[in-house]
Amino acid sequence: MPLPPGVNETDFAAALDEFRRVVGNEWVFSSDADVDLYRDAYSPFLNEPEDPVPSAAVAPQTTEQVQACVRIANRYLLPLWAISTGKNLGYGGSAPRVSGSVMIDLKRMDRILEISETNHYALVEPGVSYFDLYREIQARGLKVWIDPPDPGWGSLVGNTLERGGGYTPMRDHFAAQCGMEVVLPDGELLRTGMGALPGAGTWQQYRYGFGPYLDGIFTQSSLGIVTRMGVWLLPEPEAYRRGTVAIDSNEDLGALIEEINYLMNSNTVQGTLRLQSALASFEDGGVSQGWAAELQFYGPDRVVDAQWEHSQERVRRRLPQASFTDGPKYRFPLSEAEIAGLANAVPLGIPGLSAFSFGAGQNQGHLWFAPIIPMTGEAILDAVTVLRGALADLGVPANALIPPQSYFPRSIVIFVGFPITADIETNRRTRETYRRLVSLAAERGWGEYRTHIAFMDEVMDCYSFNDHALRRFHEHMKDSIDPNGIIAPGKNGIWPARWRNQQA
Amino acid sequence: MRRTAGMVHGVLLAAALGAIVLPAPARSQENEDPGKAHYDKWCTPCHGDGPGKPGTDVLRQRYGDRLPALLEERTDMTADYLRTFVREGIGVMPQFRKTELTDSELAAMIEYLLR
Repeated sequence: MPLPPGVNETDFAAALDEFRRVVGNEWVFSSDADVDLYRDAYSPFLNEPEDPVPSAAVAPQTTEQVQACVRIANRYLLPLWAISTGKNLGYGGSAPRVSGSVMIDLKRMDRILEISETNHYALVEPGVSYFDLYREIQARGLKVWIDPPDPGWGSLVGNTLERGGGYTPMRDHFAAQCGMEVVLPDGELLRTGMGALPGAGTWQQYRYGFGPYLDGIFTQSSLGIVTRMGVWLLPEPEAYRRGTVAIDSNEDLGALIEEINYLMNSNTVQGTLRLQSALASFEDGGVSQGWAAELQFYGPDRVVDAQWEHSQERVRRRLPQASFTDGPKYRFPLSEAEIAGLANAVPLGIPGLSAFSFGAGQNQGHLWFAPIIPMTGEAILDAVTVLRGALADLGVPANALIPPQSYFPRSIVIFVGFPITADIETNRRTRETYRRLVSLAAERGWGEYRTHIAFMDEVMDCYSFNDHALRRFHEHMKDSIDPNGIIAPGKNGIWPARWRNQQA
Repeated sequence: MRRTAGMVHGVLLAAALGAIVLPAPARSQENEDPGKAHYDKWCTPCHGDGPGKPGTDVLRQRYGDRLPALLEERTDMTADYLRTFVREGIGVMPQFRKTELTDSELAAMIEYLLR
């Protein structure tokens, strides 16, 4: 395995000895076989020399051990790359951005420190997965929901730090975050929000504390390692129901989206909006007309019925030609048999892995391209037409385009899932295609909310207002807070000074 | 090196032909079996029964009536076969690290599957 860049063998061996004294021999991994386990399982560089691989992995179990590891890294100038559960699949998995990085594998920090059923929050360590928290809630019979993303094996901390999303009214995971504990690049320990006030009982109840709000700078970030995080939970609703609004003409999409925006932004329609259309797939050559919008409602039994009824009335007034179909309705708690019969229970707060049926049995993995699109009919039509056309021109397989959805409130995401294959040439073309889509999207003002480690520089390049003022500000923060540049160099296209100087 | 579909078919075939069936050890109650607990935690979400289980769906598609789609019903697997897939992954199934399943936890899980 590679050495950390710029570090000689003697120093690296000495550093590993120091790590072993902190976490124990068993939890420092340096053999080829063990370190190989940290490769990106869905790497677009699969079986190519550029596939990033760490030099070693260290698995602390406490915050104090993380602090000690960070201090060791400073002494030896080792680049660190922290992972929580390592399931950031489609965006880099458990792999570092820079080959030779030392992994800080936080999976062993898997304590659920608190679950409040009355104030509806949890305090967790990074190794806690959505499955773990769900199972604990069920075991204790608590009447709270989590908002799982598609991969239930993901970490609440990791997914939130990557600003991931789910499907329920709590689907914007960073917006549901409340209070962090962070090991800073010099090993100092910081608690954000009310966590900075000794004895406060409100760390998971009031996000902002006093002074500038910091939590955002630790997301998609290389400014620290988060060791605890508060997450707001949803009180278990009485009921859920879904309804579908359909229109026959693409010309009506603008009016439909305006009405749905009103309903969503006034909290009548909750959860993710999904827009189905033949235009947003490859099924009929792209000449199709018409859209179906899936609306979701969570709340008291009678209220969800009233919300659906009101939504129909409002859309019908504007679009008398629209048609409406009742979707399924569920009352909670569901029985075990009801849960077992659901192909995808994620919108009901139940984590699963059904999304991994995408390409299963055919591919070696997938790669997500995920641009943020304005929530207007005009922009959605433009985006599906442009993306679909570009993918067809580039010969990308037909199942790549996922229907537009309001993955986050007030905007649309169109996911494009590229297959990772066993064929190096195909993967090379996929990387080229991905880069072309990044540019093509940016020309139209569509930027990725998150990207794979292989494309972070290209995506950050697109956020270029005022001669890249955003990146320059990030670099300024990086150099001030992490002068040795040890935490996650290159994360989201932000390189520390000594790496920038080498690249120049 | 990650396993790819072609490599895997060879391994699967070898395992199927080998058809090693180990005698079932005396079992304690299921909820006391640490191997089953590890299986339930790490494998069931993808390889369990019912809809929305991509691992089971893929194996059903691949084997048809020749082998059970549920890993817990298989009798043709060997310890090496299982260890290889857990540590190297296959298709969209990623490899699992030792912080997720230690070698001894993996051994217990394999023992459960080979019971």
